[in-house]
Amino acid sequence: MEFFRIGRTIPFMRHALVLNAVSFITFLLAVFFIVTRGFHLSIEFTGGTVMEVNYTQAAPIEQVRTVVSGLGYTDFQVQNFGTSRDLMIRLPLTSGQSSATQSETVMKALKAADATADLRRVEFVGPQVGRELVENGLLALMFVIIGIVVYLAIRFEWKFAVAGVLANLHDVVIILGFFAFFGWEFSLSVLAGVLAVLGYSVNESVVIMDRIRENFRKERNMPVAEVINGAITQTISRTIITHGSTQMMVMAMLIFGGPTLHYFALALTIGIWFGIYSSVFVAAAIAMWLGVKREDLIKPVKKVEQADEVYEE
Amino acid sequence: MNRYPIWKYLTVLVAVVIGLLYTLPNLYGEAPAVQISSAKSTLKLDAGMLDRAQDILKKAGVASTGSAFEQNGPVGTVRVRFANTDQQILARDTIEKALNPNAAEPTYTVALNLLPASPSWLSAIGAHPMYLGLDLRGGVHFLLQVDMQGALTARYDSLVTDVRSALRDQKIENTGIERSAMSVVLTFSTETSRDRAISHLRTRNPDLQMVERTEGTRLQIVATLSQNAITAVQANALKQNITTLHNRINELGVAEPVIQQQGADRIVVQLPGVQDVAKAKDILGRTATLEIRMVDDSPSAQSALAAGTVPFGLERYQDRDGRPLLLRRQVILTGENLQDAQAGRDNQSQQAAVHLTLDSKGARIFRDVTRDNIGKRMAILLFEKGRGEIVTAPVIRGEIPGGQVQISGSMSAEEAADTALLLRAGSLAAPMEIIEERTIGPSLGAENISKGFNSTLYGFVAIAIFMLIYYHLFGIFSTVGLALNVLLLLAILSMLQATLTLPGIAAIALTLGMAIDANVLINERIREELRNGEAPQQAIALGFDRAWGTILDSNLTTLIVGVALLVFGSGPVRGFAVVHCLGILTSMFTSVVGVRALANLWYGRQKKLQSISIGTVWKPKD
Repeated sequence: MEFFRIGRTIPFMRHALVLNAVSFITFLLAVFFIVTRGFHLSIEFTGGTVMEVNYTQAAPIEQVRTVVSGLGYTDFQVQNFGTSRDLMIRLPLTSGQSSATQSETVMKALKAADATADLRRVEFVGPQVGRELVENGLLALMFVIIGIVVYLAIRFEWKFAVAGVLANLHDVVIILGFFAFFGWEFSLSVLAGVLAVLGYSVNESVVIMDRIRENFRKERNMPVAEVINGAITQTISRTIITHGSTQMMVMAMLIFGGPTLHYFALALTIGIWFGIYSSVFVAAAIAMWLGVKREDLIKPVKKVEQADEVYEE
Repeated sequence: MNRYPIWKYLTVLVAVVIGLLYTLPNLYGEAPAVQISSAKSTLKLDAGMLDRAQDILKKAGVASTGSAFEQNGPVGTVRVRFANTDQQILARDTIEKALNPNAAEPTYTVALNLLPASPSWLSAIGAHPMYLGLDLRGGVHFLLQVDMQGALTARYDSLVTDVRSALRDQKIENTGIERSAMSVVLTFSTETSRDRAISHLRTRNPDLQMVERTEGTRLQIVATLSQNAITAVQANALKQNITTLHNRINELGVAEPVIQQQGADRIVVQLPGVQDVAKAKDILGRTATLEIRMVDDSPSAQSALAAGTVPFGLERYQDRDGRPLLLRRQVILTGENLQDAQAGRDNQSQQAAVHLTLDSKGARIFRDVTRDNIGKRMAILLFEKGRGEIVTAPVIRGEIPGGQVQISGSMSAEEAADTALLLRAGSLAAPMEIIEERTIGPSLGAENISKGFNSTLYGFVAIAIFMLIYYHLFGIFSTVGLALNVLLLLAILSMLQATLTLPGIAAIALTLGMAIDANVLINERIREELRNGEAPQQAIALGFDRAWGTILDSNLTTLIVGVALLVFGSGPVRGFAVVHCLGILTSMFTSVVGVRALANLWYGRQKKLQSISIGTVWKPKD
């Protein structure tokens, strides 16, 4: 079986300008939604209320879930706490309501559903932890960007480094845009997912850049756009298969992973598809606009010839 | 050309065997156990307890299935395993009764616990199961109540010292400065000195609220802290206690602990690693506070000590060996002023020593006290659950001005380390008590484990089927490589005794999804070489070699991300990052070395290889 029976080099770069414009607009839209809508941050970032409720019999978790969601909460958690008769309900902070009135409303509703419900404890998660999390997240992002630029600049060339990082930021911002637009909960695991996408997407760009460099060496007189087209065509089968496989794994998490992994998997899914798109059309195209040349990459030519000699018997 | 030297096959084989051995403990469940640890920081539990516990159990006729002594830093623990929970509870009660004859004042903590049930030969080679995080197996949840009265009392005590030296500096005569409940009472003989004291203290300590009163013929000032100052004292106490808890828990290497303020005077501590209540209590329950006081060694005090009486103004405490000493009531310094305590050596004599670092206020007081009391002894007292014990009572050899204090003498290196730890443990600003102790229900944990496991399994199966259909035999090689990758990853995580969380499982799944990339790169490259007309053997060799550069580059960039997450991440992100980084490393090994070994083993010896099973190699018709 072979999916990709590609005889000719596909002229990916012919439409680069149009696609880059589309990318740019998508990017701007994502930024727009992030700015106007903001994120629906999880309790870890915002703080929130934790309630402990005791029942005389085994606590009716499902019933409590329906009651609490009936009050208009969407990202609460209900779980057993200690014994099967104790429930822990985590509610997000809602502005305009103190943690006291919040728990009061919830308790009233719970009592109405089951009179044996007994409030054991109301706790409040302060927002100070969140600030630190945000700071560390931004630091990590900076570290990643600098690290990747430096590595790619050493291993390839600064134009590729810039192109790779721009393409990746494009992916990350678009994922964030999705979370902002749909109001999905942004938790710590989503943050991990987003940063993983950053690495994953660079990985993709690197494979294509590697091929571009190799083709520069082989085809001495081909125009730059042709070389890039050739490299993408040669790797497109690998690109689709790899991402398809990763997507299978992520899909399994999305379907079977439960609520905790849901948004993590969702972030990865978006990241994977935009990762393919951006490494093919954005990274390569930006490198092309930046004027990447054969001379930029053929410097370590001696090393390559040495490597080649190993194969020739 | 596609032959590996024998050592390379052996390397792969050894990796497989190690992977299997160290993954194995995770497959065994857990056995009920009883855990014995010391309840007092001044009492050390050593390996002798192992025999003692076995004796106790033998006498009571309770059968155990194994026992072990473990030394974790300064903390010694004995754990005894049992066949079932009935035996476990019986054993707990028996041991508790035998070790703690006085239930009100326990010397040992005896608690229920779960221990890995893997056979002893696995433990002997250091193969232990992974820890599971709070989200996977539940965990210990503590609510600690900070004794704010205690913090305030300590504050008033140091205030007495403060006010006394302030008045002495200003040469304001007084007939007594004492703490009386939650206030400082100053007594004067003349109106003028009282007025001077008020005006001086008002500018010097704006936090003090002063009321004048006349008690008989004595002119007094009753000074109390303002509400703002009280709030500040409490907030600082809480903050320092949280920091201290962080340090203690870090020293014991608990992964991903949650230590957060809750309300005005409570601290919540969540420790993943479930029912290890005894260990957690051991860390947190040492609600010690530290005080430095002067020892009274005067002849009259000596004779009072011998007679068993305690003169006014003195208190009787015992040191760690049970020898009594008489100490002055006045507290010179508390743990609040102690910033650090480290064991080390004396620069000149190379004797074991404990180095203390005091804060600036502590250093100032310490300078005055040491200057005035050369040749006398000072005692460092550790209070646990309201009872004081003398840690050490060194002689003051000279004035110590800089706040850098060294205690040395006849200590051994181990004693110095113990003392330093005790002093650090004493740097809680206020005593704490566990007021709530829960284990997070394992229902959610079990659910999360099965969800994480299932999604990884289904994803793996889907990838395996696809690889098999698309790449035929090479697909099988890739799948075996991927399986080996999981095995090695789990083995390394088990060896590192990492804590597996749900994000960690997600990282395993994601690593597998990404690790297949290396295999796809190789397989596609081999196909491409075949397409270009290379002979099969040549194509295999070229495919592997040419794909390697790309694999290395792409994995290294991914590793940069992993390291960033590791450095800056906290909590779940960190758990994710650890697995992610390790997974990248293992996947490079398995896909490049492991899969190559398989391919070499299968095809390497066939000299006249006509075709290889790597799926359809389509050639464009020109």
